[in-house]
Amino acid sequence: MMKTFAELGFPGRLIAVEGLDGSGKSTQIYLLKRWLELRGLKVFFSEWNSSELVKSATSKGKKMTLLTPTTFSLIHATDFADRYERQLVPLLRAGYLVLCDRFFFTAFARDVVRTCPPEWVRGLYSFAAQPDLTFFFRADLEVSLNRILDGRPELKYFEAGMDMGFSNDPYESFRIFQGRILEQYLAMSREFNFNVIDANETVETQQAIVRKLVADRINLPSFALQKA
Amino acid sequence: MPIPRKLKRLAAAPRTPEVRIPKLTPKRFYGEGIPGVDEERLKGKLIVVEGADGSGRSTQIAQLVQWLEGSGHATVQVGLKRSTLVSEELEKAQNGNILSHTTLSLFYATDFADQVENIMLPALKAGFMVLADRYIYTLMARDLVRGMDEAWLKNLYGIALVPDAVFYLNITPEQLVQRNFAKNKALDYWESGMDLGLSRDMFDSFLKYQVLMAGQFTRLQATYGFDIVDADRSPDDINADLRRKIESVLAGR
Repeated sequence: MMKTFAELGFPGRLIAVEGLDGSGKSTQIYLLKRWLELRGLKVFFSEWNSSELVKSATSKGKKMTLLTPTTFSLIHATDFADRYERQLVPLLRAGYLVLCDRFFFTAFARDVVRTCPPEWVRGLYSFAAQPDLTFFFRADLEVSLNRILDGRPELKYFEAGMDMGFSNDPYESFRIFQGRILEQYLAMSREFNFNVIDANETVETQQAIVRKLVADRINLPSFALQKA
Repeated sequence: MPIPRKLKRLAAAPRTPEVRIPKLTPKRFYGEGIPGVDEERLKGKLIVVEGADGSGRSTQIAQLVQWLEGSGHATVQVGLKRSTLVSEELEKAQNGNILSHTTLSLFYATDFADQVENIMLPALKAGFMVLADRYIYTLMARDLVRGMDEAWLKNLYGIALVPDAVFYLNITPEQLVQRNFAKNKALDYWESGMDLGLSRDMFDSFLKYQVLMAGQFTRLQATYGFDIVDADRSPDDINADLRRKIESVLAGR
């Protein structure tokens, strides 16, 4: 298995959060970012599926339902590689705390549910180092589903896994799809040292745990922004 | 009672030697391949023509297509940077020189995968001859020259089908330079390996780069076993060689 950034001698540290959509992970990483920023530390935030060039291909593919499990996987790997090599690595070299909303674990879980061979998917991401700290926000499936369905009543085609043929009903399809992704995450949690956070707890409780873990594992003062 | 039209005997297939039915040979992927594909149902043949820009690939492929179609085979063509999914973005990215190498690699792999799934596999299922203008070997050689990990590349291109025939059009870098100038009066940035910093002089860089590429192809040949064809001859002579080999492929030898 690839080493962590610390093991590879990078001055920076990478913290990743994982979990189902609606698990609350994005809220938690946002609060973590705010805490670190307000302490005057060098922080950078990156999220999955966000590189410009790849975004245009992804949205084109998704619109025209041109994407297959293989090309879906490859396009996300391309997006990740772009962010990784252009942003994350240089920042980690410059001693930043890099926060990632989702990391390659998302691909390991999602692409496998979408029938890609697990070893192949893992192989695609083998150029990337492991995060120094990974949080997995484990919420009850129903809780996650409700959070998404409350906020955005219309489910996107690929989000619901509609191309997988789980069900003709988008909501049912989504339920099945997310349930399988959750299984994949749980199966890999020990292998990748996930710090599993009970996402059914209050926002504040979770954040307290997250902050404590971060402070314990990372020497935060060494990440202070240089005074001009 | 008159014979109903439906029951009139169908014309017997003519016993002409011109249209030969290819012998079915099993197909497989280099790795685990594309999920959900029944390799048994891939009846056509996959023919790959490799070589540097200026080695004469397009000429050879055009002649092969004409010959194959004349012989009664349906054909389809694929090549690099041609997918519906990402060819535009790939073009933009290359012109901008803004993408890192792993990203560019994966972009090409996405382009390749899209063509495998949308063009190659359906064509092979339908019994077509697929002619590929370059294949994973160029993609791997380019990446290997740039120091990418070979195991990573092998895993990535596990999605590719093993071709029925691969021809590498071999020609010296000096000849390539001449041919490129005859075609375009300018050398292409990427085909000259300018991103590698081999030389500030493009002409110089081109020669050095092509030598490195040829070196990688030699190594790949040892692993993948392709036919190295002397491309420093008339197109007709070269094509005759290719046709001979393809005929054995069609006969299942």
